Amino acid sequence: MDYARLGLMVGIEIHQELATKHKLFCNCTPKLNKDESDFTFTRKLRPAQSELGEIDPAALFEFLKGKTIIYEANHDSSCLVEMDEEPPGSLDSEALDIALQFTFLTNGTPVDEVQVMRKTVVDGSNTGGFQRTSVVSLGGKIKVAEAIYHLEQVAVEEDAARKIEENGDTITYRLDRLGIPLIEITTAPEMNTPEEVYLVAARIGAILRATGRVRRGLGTIRQDINVSIKNGAIIEIKGAQDLGMIETIVEYEAQRQATLLEIAETLKDRGMTESQLTKDFLDVSHVFKETESNIIVDAFKSGGKVCALKLKGFNGLIGKELCPNRRLGTEMSDHAKFMSGVKGIFHTDELPRYKITRQELAALRQTVYADPNDAVIIVADEESKCKSALIAVVDRAKQALLGVPAETRSANPDGTTRFTRPRPGAARMYPETDVKPVLVSREMVADIKGRLPEMPEVKLARFQKDYGLNEKLASQIIDSDFLSLFEELANKGVSSTLLAVILTEDLTKLRRDGVPVEELTDEAITEVFELVQSGSTVKESIPELLQYLALHPDQNATQSIDELGLEMLGEDALRAIIDEVVAGSVDLIKTRGMRAIGPLMGATMGKVRGKAQPQVVQRLLQAAIEARLD
Amino acid sequence: MSKDELTGYRGQLRSALTSVGAEIGDKLKVVINNQQYSGSLMPRVETYDDWHLIIKLSSGYNVGLAYSNDMKINKVGIAPKPEFKQPPLPKAEKGLPNISIISTGGTIASRVDYVTGGVVSAMTSRDLLGIVPELVEIADVDADILYSVFSEDIGHQYWEGMAQRAYEKIKAGADGIIFTHGTDTMGYSSAAISFALQSLPCPVIFVGSQRSSDRPSSDNATNLMGGVYTAAHAPFAEVCVGLHENTSDESISYIRGTKVRKCHTSSRYAFQPVNDFPLARYKNGAVEMINSNYRKRQDSEPKLFNKFSDKAALVKFHPDMNPMVLDYYIDAGYRGLIIEATGLGQVNKILWPQLERAHKEDVFVGIVSQCIWGRVNLNVYSHGRELLDRGAVPMADMHGETAYVKLKWCMGQTEDTEKVKDLMLKNLVGELNPRTPYLRRMG
Repeated sequence: MDYARLGLMVGIEIHQELATKHKLFCNCTPKLNKDESDFTFTRKLRPAQSELGEIDPAALFEFLKGKTIIYEANHDSSCLVEMDEEPPGSLDSEALDIALQFTFLTNGTPVDEVQVMRKTVVDGSNTGGFQRTSVVSLGGKIKVAEAIYHLEQVAVEEDAARKIEENGDTITYRLDRLGIPLIEITTAPEMNTPEEVYLVAARIGAILRATGRVRRGLGTIRQDINVSIKNGAIIEIKGAQDLGMIETIVEYEAQRQATLLEIAETLKDRGMTESQLTKDFLDVSHVFKETESNIIVDAFKSGGKVCALKLKGFNGLIGKELCPNRRLGTEMSDHAKFMSGVKGIFHTDELPRYKITRQELAALRQTVYADPNDAVIIVADEESKCKSALIAVVDRAKQALLGVPAETRSANPDGTTRFTRPRPGAARMYPETDVKPVLVSREMVADIKGRLPEMPEVKLARFQKDYGLNEKLASQIIDSDFLSLFEELANKGVSSTLLAVILTEDLTKLRRDGVPVEELTDEAITEVFELVQSGSTVKESIPELLQYLALHPDQNATQSIDELGLEMLGEDALRAIIDEVVAGSVDLIKTRGMRAIGPLMGATMGKVRGKAQPQVVQRLLQAAIEARLD
Repeated sequence: MSKDELTGYRGQLRSALTSVGAEIGDKLKVVINNQQYSGSLMPRVETYDDWHLIIKLSSGYNVGLAYSNDMKINKVGIAPKPEFKQPPLPKAEKGLPNISIISTGGTIASRVDYVTGGVVSAMTSRDLLGIVPELVEIADVDADILYSVFSEDIGHQYWEGMAQRAYEKIKAGADGIIFTHGTDTMGYSSAAISFALQSLPCPVIFVGSQRSSDRPSSDNATNLMGGVYTAAHAPFAEVCVGLHENTSDESISYIRGTKVRKCHTSSRYAFQPVNDFPLARYKNGAVEMINSNYRKRQDSEPKLFNKFSDKAALVKFHPDMNPMVLDYYIDAGYRGLIIEATGLGQVNKILWPQLERAHKEDVFVGIVSQCIWGRVNLNVYSHGRELLDRGAVPMADMHGETAYVKLKWCMGQTEDTEKVKDLMLKNLVGELNPRTPYLRRMG
């Protein structure tokens, strides 16, 4: 794609969980619970009055009224603050400290007094109906491949609750993640190609890791990407977790916007205007009286109807591919689902299909007096839901006349995105009056500036020099989640090359093999290396031990050695094995004397690999041969 | 909200703002050492320091900028007029019960002013129905503001006015009364109205919220809807408090006004029944009775007894308490004391001379327990019997706050201490129960 011609402009917001001792506004431990929840409760949310803003107020109100939110929680990770049953405590000073470190590493300007705001969020992911967030600094810049990119601001904010499932009118969240401190870095919309977006995101990630104070593992860093093209709209794409997908997401979104603009052109050429799109819905249940379509039969069984809507001039456009796997019909369907809770819609561009026959299709077109240029949408569900769904479809069709509607979308694993909600305005923020503002004093600034961590490139040079790593290994460890752990263990005397290889290449291999390496705690990894150092096991056993510990996170390394049979053989047991080897090689010893040690060493190690140190084997073997020669 | 156009700003910073004619909400351009900030001027909390300027950036975030001689402030635009479009009012159905909502303060219904971040209360019927439109389907609601006070500032003069207003509304044909009230002293007020307004034909329900109404998670709307429904349809005719039964937005429990207590500083389920079952529960759009012992909704003439004395006090006993505390009250002319004693009703013997003095000087002394739950019994321990000998009166299963309110009310009805004592020991509105039921309670 010619991105310059498209006028692609991208800005990103990077959200990274911080490795603090406490959550942002309470003393809970930031941890995710894997076990069952200790308790659950249910809530409803209502939009606060002037928050209605740019969304059709009646629709949003109705939408929320019907939703029940179930929260699951554990006592160790949630208290009354997460439950919205107690006012928040003060802003966690450790989180602020990390955000200021990042600020000074990127030449930003801190505000003098940090003000905590409430950003309204009514999807249930925040129990209060808002997220607490505060700007720590403004401005700043980073350098990537000789180009300068500007930062707009750095903020600290609460992470949201984890969505577990959505089932009709109920949404279930786990509270553990709510309140974990996040740093949010917003760049200026200065990137013009997908590759630049990748490089900038990677650079910010590297600087964050250089602080040594960020959480690692899946979902601990998330990018929101704001994409627009010329004549398009700013689309905010939420929750891209995989840096490797970022280029695809940007590419697909640019493509989607470009195709939407083409569709708007076509509609204009066909002479379509908004007034031709009316909210006239027809009950067409009779057309499908004999249908074999399961979805429609099921809807009839539960007392539902089939309702139809004619979209004048849309024939052929609804099925048009916007980007891989997304059509205008998919967009309409997502809007309909969001506003009404229906499972989906059918449109004539995709029919006959889904056991809807050619005859039914013809009868449908005839019933709604559709011209060849028109498309028809049908929905099968309760009548009131059908109606709200079709209203959403008409509204989306009207937006198609104009081009690209500004909206918030979510990233799918394949790099496509889906509609989540209309894009809210800045009016969603108001002060969090329960939290006192925090003064960023001169002393604080001087203190933080006095202990800034190295930037990644400085680290790279030092790692090669101090730890004797080659450039590839050094840069791998700097890019990895285990940077801090590497330094800690290397400084304790563990072989730096061994560490770097294990923490990057071996763990990457284990991850590729489907081993959940994110389960490995720093403590577990440290213990493994300590056991090697103390001679309780050998370095060759490390990958096997780490694999076992990742799969059994409740066990410690010492236990794992027992479980895996990797404990070292005592000298008596070793001697017995060696005596056996020596006894079986009497001729060899006779002919070669002490030089028999080479082949015998190989034979012995074959029997005791992973259970004995080669030096010890060699010493005992030597003694055994000498004894035999005497 | 204050009319001050520079709320919270003082000293040099205020002068600097005044000199450029800036008011809250105005667009400013602020320059400090080549750094430039653009945004709207926000109010400052009065108790914070006087050298930070708060501006709202176009992103919606507020930031605080330290004032110094290097700071240049320019006013580049004036505050937008707050625009609030009343949402269309749903059509009211005919023939619904008449419910009167009497507001005493707090912000049960309010909206956020995003220009300043302030919370604007909405207390006309029109505003209220705009915010909780579901009410229109439940009842024919009329709402008015009686007071706008913080609940901790409420005392007996307010109770007198509240009872009077509710009395008038019932006489005028209300089928139920809702008081909206700050939660901190709601238990005292509900007890007070229980005594001041008797022979009730319909429910009188205190409603409040533990989460401010500007936030989407507020419990205000559910409590209000449940309250209005219950006031309109419940079969009981008593004064009660109705807030969340537990942390979920599922059910609301109605607890007798004399048997309720706020037992948590912040949770939705703060109100707990003391030595009594809740009267009723609202769940899934219906009311179910829980307590079999209640006054039925009926055709009766309400009776107003809205006089309270200000010569009663509630005193909590504690280890090392100085007996002079009791002397102070007697010297100051107090005519009745409720003492929150330990356990079944004991206090340190060094207080005995003061209790004797109270008795001699005809000052009523009632004994309640700081355990809150359970009944006092002064016959179990010798130290309890010593109190009986000195004229102290055990208050059975009443908790301290109710006993205190009842004492103020009794002393408002009669000056005769003997008569006060008789009234205190007589069950008037469900405050005294000869049986102590077993109930599980939440912490």
